[in-house]
Amino acid sequence: METGTSRVKRGMAEMQKGGVIMDVMSAEQAKIAEAAGATAVMALERVPSDIRAAGGVARMADPTIVEEVMAVVSIPVMAKARIGHYVEAKVLESLGVDYIDESEVLTPADEVFHINKSEFTVPFVCGAKDLGEALRRIQEGASMIRTKGEPGTGNVVEAVRHLRLINGQMRRVQNMSKDELFNEAKLLGVPYDLLLGVHETGRLPVVNFAAGGVATPADAALMMHLGADGVFVGSGIFKSENPEKFARAIVEATTHYDDYELIARVSKNLGAPMKGIEISKLSSSERMQDRGI
Amino acid sequence: MKIGVLALQGAVAEHIRSIGLAGGEGVAVKRTEQLQELDGLIIPGGESTTIGKLMRKYGFIDAVRDFAGHGKPLFGTCAGLIVLAERLEGGEEAHLGLMNMTVARNAFGRQRESFETELDVKGIETPLRAVFIRAPLIKEVGQNVDVLSTYKGEIVAAKQDRLLVSSFHPELTDDYRLHGLFLDMARAAR
Repeated sequence: METGTSRVKRGMAEMQKGGVIMDVMSAEQAKIAEAAGATAVMALERVPSDIRAAGGVARMADPTIVEEVMAVVSIPVMAKARIGHYVEAKVLESLGVDYIDESEVLTPADEVFHINKSEFTVPFVCGAKDLGEALRRIQEGASMIRTKGEPGTGNVVEAVRHLRLINGQMRRVQNMSKDELFNEAKLLGVPYDLLLGVHETGRLPVVNFAAGGVATPADAALMMHLGADGVFVGSGIFKSENPEKFARAIVEATTHYDDYELIARVSKNLGAPMKGIEISKLSSSERMQDRGI
Repeated sequence: MKIGVLALQGAVAEHIRSIGLAGGEGVAVKRTEQLQELDGLIIPGGESTTIGKLMRKYGFIDAVRDFAGHGKPLFGTCAGLIVLAERLEGGEEAHLGLMNMTVARNAFGRQRESFETELDVKGIETPLRAVFIRAPLIKEVGQNVDVLSTYKGEIVAAKQDRLLVSSFHPELTDDYRLHGLFLDMARAAR
């Protein structure tokens, strides 16, 4: 009997496919998310848009919030650790969270090194905005990838850019000859073996979700249409006017992303989505996606 | 043999691949009308609360009961096993309620307790690699249920007429023998 094998850690993410993972800040919100059909919740002290507004250093959530959320839902509970913060991740593992997000939404603790995730029993998800980042995180032991997008903006444009880029890069790698692959591995800064896997299969060896700016049912469906395996919704649900309705509608739109009549129906009378931010209005220091590459 | 994989949420592509390896044709099923053309249906691993909710919303509870009522076989893995059970521990409402058994969800604990192991399964000659992810356990079965496998004394695979279930994920390995067993059931039901 073996725990924490890569099959067990990657398999856990496979079970999330076609699902919606929702950010929650309390036990009460976690119950709303579960009742709406979320496949997992991300327990946080503040959603990304609040982190943006508050400024200062964003850290791992108070363990009390994580434990309260774990106590009230039967679906998996995820939590965020700062990039490179080995101890925050170990603390979350000791609490028994089901997945750790080594996340650029929090202020990085290390500007060079990520956590060596392969030595943990609990699986990790990491953000990526191109194929190089995705494969580096997988080499470090990430069992799931998500686009970085631009968290807390309610603007899907960056998540679209990142998913399109990763998928376009994979198509290009698939068509390369073996001798071109050596150079491509060097240019991307990734191990040759992982790149060879992409060349042979045309996909990442782990699940790839969309995240960072998904705010409406149509946004979630767009990311699925572009090839995401599932969707993270951060501020989009509990910063909207009617979280319960938004949560249910986003779950349905993710399952039936190619049924436009259904998306039209679930999008009716939802109330106002979260207020969005135009990306060009962000200064370079406010761009979370540039953290931890 | 055309086998559907219920594609509301979960590990659908893996089952379609395993069915293909076992010599059948797997298709993703999102609409109840699709059931008509199938010789069998797999309810995959995923989150049982999500899958159960979406099945209710889109009329799959009655449609799948009807499908089974016409003698078509069903195979449930992990969440799919939970969805098939007549009784769930903790007083939770059953979903399809077709198989005479009581099931405990997340019976091994949280993700850090998830594991893989070698497992003997009745009807399969050599042990197979079984991957358990936040897996359920079958706590008790009715007389009409055949226990196919146990792990540390607890039931992890079973069969009742044309219903097959496993707490583990055969679709996450290259071993398609359990899918082969299900294809045999579908062939026999034709």
